Amino acid sequence: MISWPNLISQLFNGLALGALLALISSGLTIIYGTLGVLNLAHGAMFMIGGYAGFVAFQYTHSFIIAVIAGSLFVMLLGIAMERVIIRHFYQRPHEDQLLVTFGLGICFVEIVRLIFSSQSQIVPPPPLFQGITNLGFMFYPTYRLAVVGIVAVALGALFLVLYRTRLGMIVRAGIEDSVMVDSLGIDVYRVFMVVFGIGAMAAGFAGIINAPVVSLTPGVGDDILVETFVVVVIGGVGSFPGAILGGLIAGEIISVTSMFNPGYAYVMLFAAMTLVLVVRPHGLLGVQGRE
Amino acid sequence: MTNSFISRGLNSRLSRRRLLQGSAGIIGGSLLPAMPALADDKPALGTYPAGASGSSVFIGISVPRTGTYAVQGEDELKGYQLAIEHINSGHDLIKKISPKTSKGVLGKELKFGVADSAAKPNEAVQAQQRFISENKAIMITGGTSSAVAVALNKLAQREKVLFVCGISGSNDTTGKDCVRYGFRQDFFGQTAAAAIGPVMVKAFGKNKKAAYLTPDYTYGHTVTKSMQDFLASAGWTTATNQVAPLGAPDYSSYLLNVANSGADVLINVNWGHDAVLSTQQAKQFGVLDRMKLVIPYQVPFIARETGGLMQGVYAATDYWWTIEDKFPLAKMFNDAFAAKYGYKPEWGAENAYVSFAHWARMCEEAGSFYPPDVIKAYEKGETIPSFVGDVHYRAEDHQCVRPVIIVKGKMEKDMKNKEDYYDVVEIVPSEGLMQKPDAFGCHLGEYS
Repeated sequence: MISWPNLISQLFNGLALGALLALISSGLTIIYGTLGVLNLAHGAMFMIGGYAGFVAFQYTHSFIIAVIAGSLFVMLLGIAMERVIIRHFYQRPHEDQLLVTFGLGICFVEIVRLIFSSQSQIVPPPPLFQGITNLGFMFYPTYRLAVVGIVAVALGALFLVLYRTRLGMIVRAGIEDSVMVDSLGIDVYRVFMVVFGIGAMAAGFAGIINAPVVSLTPGVGDDILVETFVVVVIGGVGSFPGAILGGLIAGEIISVTSMFNPGYAYVMLFAAMTLVLVVRPHGLLGVQGRE
Repeated sequence: MTNSFISRGLNSRLSRRRLLQGSAGIIGGSLLPAMPALADDKPALGTYPAGASGSSVFIGISVPRTGTYAVQGEDELKGYQLAIEHINSGHDLIKKISPKTSKGVLGKELKFGVADSAAKPNEAVQAQQRFISENKAIMITGGTSSAVAVALNKLAQREKVLFVCGISGSNDTTGKDCVRYGFRQDFFGQTAAAAIGPVMVKAFGKNKKAAYLTPDYTYGHTVTKSMQDFLASAGWTTATNQVAPLGAPDYSSYLLNVANSGADVLINVNWGHDAVLSTQQAKQFGVLDRMKLVIPYQVPFIARETGGLMQGVYAATDYWWTIEDKFPLAKMFNDAFAAKYGYKPEWGAENAYVSFAHWARMCEEAGSFYPPDVIKAYEKGETIPSFVGDVHYRAEDHQCVRPVIIVKGKMEKDMKNKEDYYDVVEIVPSEGLMQKPDAFGCHLGEYS
């Protein structure tokens, strides 16, 4: 029998969970859509964002500085990664790209484990967002409520960059046809570098925003990477709006299913992905022909 | 004269048959020192005698060094390493448990290999299969996940190599999935429930409603079942049982169900990082402000990692270091461990050390590494020392009969030092904690 207060609670929680998944997935989908590189180190970059923010917080005790430090560090790491390694793999088969990013991801995780050990690290939420809020129909962690707002602002900013700037126009053109963009005299490789940096920054930003919700461990990115891929597949590979829609759908599926039988939450998520692949192979908002 | 004698001898005796016979004798003779077991009339079995023929024997260790149980796996590994070091050097602490051990086991140095199981059965089995095939491991160990322990049980029985179980809380490990070649020292779901249940009823009263957070594998299901069964006798009911996959990245949806369940007590059966994360998120969702928290199968390091959330929380455990004032061997172990690793050992390390010390004792008692002899030494059920007093192994299911320790998280103001996280509420004697040997369907299988 359905408990309506619980259903409403779960629907709301699904929204919050989905917002975070959308943010992480947006970086992954932009990189894949533009560069054609499926970045299996994305989960590790999400994790590094959390740890970089954690270190900044230890020194400054400022959550805002932690967010800025986490995001910028991973952006710089992403740019370095693209310049030194990834760019050599643009013309290589997808399997090579998967292997090199998978390997980089393992290296990042183990380096962090070497420095910080496997023990959990805690980044507390800012004082303004600590505690629990009574929403009338449920009590909900205040910080998680704030995360919904923060993610909405971040995704809005990303939307403006992608759809209201010249850079965004080039990126979107690159997603559609990078050869044509190159032939128009635009240095497409410089664009690739910028895109990789933006995608990495989105992962790092999500990592530090997520840190007060979870406790940081070197494996925190591994856990979320699978969900992120599911989101991208559901929403449509390379589609920024698709990542948002996919994230929200995934969050709701996990949350609502767990109300009936928690053991089936992830089963239902994968079942939904399978259904989308059968009915609409390019995802809900993906475009046929885009790789 | 000599030359002519040799020449005559060669001419008269060196037929082709003689040459073959002589060669066979030389080859056979050269093999003799390397195969002492043949002299014992023990047939080859598993990695015996090949694994015990040199001056050292090899142990295969698989612990999770990555994944949800990585922190606990590292602690467990330290316990194994210290035990091996002590066995090889004939340390006083080892001699207290295995008096015949001087240097090494049966005079043979212990060597070991370590593999990361990531708490995944297939990875643990692959690694141990390699240790058995390539290194002729005479004993294997691992756990920190009962799914791994059960898988290694089966591997050990198939390969006829002794498995000394690491951390494993499932009733199945020495229950329906028990094997002749597997032995477990630590406490488990049934004994945890029987030990902590009365303490909970005394502290919280009868006829309460409990919410469970259960990891979705053999450990979680059996521990939750044991808790439910025991508490039902005091009129407790289950308000909700939230089953989550191992390594779930978020517990919010499960905790909302818990929050809306009307439960009085949250019994968190999760383990490793899952326990840390779900406990922290239970605090975030206000669940811990409305319900009492109980950890029936204590998680090493959870008090350090949850930043004060274990204060006032009851837990059942294998070992807590402050029992050293009652048990001299515990004091010796704590001191040796802290001197080497810089912190007080948690129960994963304790279980690892004691398990190895007991195995060394059994080999010495058997006077051989021949697996059936070592198994029979365990099955004598002799009373032997441990860090929590005298214990013994049951012949029927190979489970160590040992006390369970109930702890309660200390308030920060009461902590005497930074590692003084718990008060020892009670050391519950083993009598009455264990189920009947066949209650969980144990059939050990064959010796050979």
